[in-house]
Amino acid sequence: MTGAGLELRRVRKSFDDRPVLDDISLVVRPGEFVSIVGPSGAGKSTILNLLTGRLTPDGGEMLHDGVPLASGSYRFAFMPQRDALLPWLRIIDNTTLGLEVAGMKRKAARARVAPLFAEFGLDGFERHFPAQLSGGMRQRAALLRTVVQGKAVLLVDEPFGALDALTRTQMQQWLAAMWMRHRWTVLLITHDVREAALLSDRVYVLSARPARIARTIPVWLPHPRPAAGSPEVATVEAEILNTLFNPEF
Amino acid sequence: MWKAYAFLSALARALGHAGPALLSVVTLIVGWEAYVHFSGISPTVLPAPSRVLAQAYEHRQTLAGHGVATLQATAFGFASSLLAAFLFSLLVDFFPQLRRALFPVFIITQTLPLIAIAPLIVLWFGFGLMPKIVLVALITFFPMLVALVQGYAATDRDIEALLASMGASRWRIFVTARLPSSLPYFFAGLRISITYAVVGAIFSEYAGAARGLGIYILNAKNNFRPDLVLAAVLVSSTLTLALFGATVLIQRAAMPWTRLSEESR
Ligand SMILES: Nc1ncnc2c1ncn2[C@@H]1O[C@H](COP(=O)(O)OP(=O)(O)OP(=O)(O)O)[C@@H](O)[C@H]1O
Ligand SMILES: [Mg+2]
Repeated sequence: MTGAGLELRRVRKSFDDRPVLDDISLVVRPGEFVSIVGPSGAGKSTILNLLTGRLTPDGGEMLHDGVPLASGSYRFAFMPQRDALLPWLRIIDNTTLGLEVAGMKRKAARARVAPLFAEFGLDGFERHFPAQLSGGMRQRAALLRTVVQGKAVLLVDEPFGALDALTRTQMQQWLAAMWMRHRWTVLLITHDVREAALLSDRVYVLSARPARIARTIPVWLPHPRPAAGSPEVATVEAEILNTLFNPEF
Repeated sequence: MWKAYAFLSALARALGHAGPALLSVVTLIVGWEAYVHFSGISPTVLPAPSRVLAQAYEHRQTLAGHGVATLQATAFGFASSLLAAFLFSLLVDFFPQLRRALFPVFIITQTLPLIAIAPLIVLWFGFGLMPKIVLVALITFFPMLVALVQGYAATDRDIEALLASMGASRWRIFVTARLPSSLPYFFAGLRISITYAVVGAIFSEYAGAARGLGIYILNAKNNFRPDLVLAAVLVSSTLTLALFGATVLIQRAAMPWTRLSEESR
């Protein structure tokens, strides 16, 4: 049975005989917000590297809308761990990077991006360099660069990991609001159990390396969810934590 | 108004940084002057700084002529060296196997004793500009190549992964990420190499030339005129400092993002 969206089936990957991904199967339907939570070094970033085509799997299938992912198709927009803004480009040029690499003329790319600056809280910072922005603003700029590419799925790797706790919570709330408005299809990697519980429609919990899906946790709670959490969110968090600490359970 | 204030405070800060160095240089010169004055040592052995300055002023036209010749040799030699270093850095970046074939040869060129090689190069290339270009390039090429190659290697892997996910070609990744990443390394190499370049040019003139500070120094020495030797040294040092300052200015202009991030800290 194949369906719309992104699907991994029994994907495996080793580096020099060291298995990193043992057996990964997951789905991300259009408009869904899906998270992957797992211990450090489990192979979370590796999953995204497979999806961007930077690595090839040793086995298993990767499908998009039912069609196997061909190398060089670049169907997904990728936001690397840390913001990966180019320090030598102004924010406007950082945000248009994906469009320009895809062949769009600079003027057209800027026209596409410009109206989004206000929505991303970056109004007036077009001509600034990344080093002049706060951590939260840098993440918003990186996200703007990601979404503006208009790709089918956003692959986001621990976007808020480096932020302080308060800014991180604000950014999570902001991302939840933005997602409600745009309904992007998101595959989010995170360390942060609260983040996964607040944002996701479904959470995949990875075991330690070599990673398997230890548990799939659907989150039926309506969006947006309160920043301070709620008993229901807390239940989801506890479920994720339990799986992380007792993967066999 | 704000600009003027910023300029003045920058000047004050620069003086504050330069203050100790300035003080030791002045002390040295004053001590030297006093020593020559009170010991009665002959100016054909050790001329006083005041005499060096006076002679430099008197021979300013000759010195300027030779200085320009040296500057020309430095500029042409260094420009060729930079161009060659950049082309080879491209080759090595796109064909990493070449690195193991080429680098040992380049390292050997760095081990050649200048004192032996300079007269040979003059012998092969004559008394014109060519031997100077060759010698300056020989000295500065490899350090610049290493600086560039190291700079490319310092590129953030995440940025490369990002560009690759956008479908960027190898060349596009080079231009957009690897080349800008190499700039700090490039300029660090440039600052060191530019001083070597002047020394190299003077050395090749010393080994044989029609014009240039090197040949001027040689003639002054043979005529027992240490004052003129030192006057020429003064010119070459000034030249080196000016070139060094130019590289700093170029770096500031070429890398505005580093300047801004310093200011906002
Ligand atoms: N290109 C590669 N070559 C060799 N080993 C690799 C490569 N990429 C990742 N690894 C190894 O695979 C394992 C998983 O790495 P990965 O970056 O996917 O972990 P992660 O779950 O994202 O960790 P973190 O939470 O710290 O970001 C690590 O042990 C890492 O050293
Ligand atoms: Mg990771």
